[in-house]
Amino acid sequence: MSVTTMTPDLHQAQGLEVTDNPGPAPKRIVTGYGFWIFILSDMVMFSCFFAAFAVLSGETAGGPHGAELFNLKNVAIETGCLLLSSFTCGMASIAADLRNRFWFQVAMAVTCALGLAFLWIEFHEFADLVARGAGPSRSAFLSAFFTLVGCHGLHVSAGVLWLLTMMAQVFAKGFRADIQRRILCFALFWHALDIIWVAVFSVVYLLGSGA
Amino acid sequence: MTDVHHSHNPVDLAPGDEDEGRIGPRLIGYVVGLGLALLLTATSFFVAGTDLVWQPSIPVAIIVLAIAQMGVHLVFFLHITTGADNTNNVLALAFGIMIVVLVIGGTLWIMANLNHNMLPMDQIMRMQR
Repeated sequence: MSVTTMTPDLHQAQGLEVTDNPGPAPKRIVTGYGFWIFILSDMVMFSCFFAAFAVLSGETAGGPHGAELFNLKNVAIETGCLLLSSFTCGMASIAADLRNRFWFQVAMAVTCALGLAFLWIEFHEFADLVARGAGPSRSAFLSAFFTLVGCHGLHVSAGVLWLLTMMAQVFAKGFRADIQRRILCFALFWHALDIIWVAVFSVVYLLGSGA
Repeated sequence: MTDVHHSHNPVDLAPGDEDEGRIGPRLIGYVVGLGLALLLTATSFFVAGTDLVWQPSIPVAIIVLAIAQMGVHLVFFLHITTGADNTNNVLALAFGIMIVVLVIGGTLWIMANLNHNMLPMDQIMRMQR
């Protein structure tokens, strides 16, 4: 009886493998998982903005509706930019794993250019709306619109800054283990922004201009 | 760390990391993901503007296409799979989805109910006189 209860200790004492306890996870997994939790909490925050937008989308206070304001061609171009940038971000992840500096910098530069193109189109859309008297103070619908879409735009801006930082870090320090972990987190962030944009163009632009 | 494989630990995988270590299959994964995402995006833009389908079905179609595209992004870009090495990541995602569904669904339900039970604004004004 006592022998069976002592078996694990005996195994460890004899240096045998204890398969059900592999020890602490590597730092890459811990870091990535922590950042994954942050991304999920960010999505919960976005869900609050989406809920506010869905409730307020009809409250135009006599002002313009989405159908009169949105230019779906611009939205399609913005979507194309973000989808392609997600793809090139994946290419950068592969290049980082292969420790190929040249292709990493090329893929990140293309990702940055596509992100900036997205921001440029979005900025012009916002400026155009404000110039037409459809700024965030016009109606509850437009307040919710600018909060939701602007929040996504701020995330993309932060992502572009982070992207440039990663390019500089790889240029100066190379593919050290800590830099590789930051690249993993950046890739997670960038792909997650794409998922949120899918919800934005579907709910805000496509449903908004149809109603 | 010189190896392409990051998993020193065979039982777990960091979110965003892939099981597959070779370049070819990883590249094909991203190409397939991009293709599917572009296809779903094009479909939902087409559905939004068309009068070929029954009009009341369009919002439902757009939402279904959006959820499908989010799934494509999760699998092909974020590499969240149902494998045993991804259990922690999937469980966190499931909890996140639960909160998102509760927040959005609960808000829409409660606000629609309040709207339904509230008197029209002109009647409220008349009662306040």
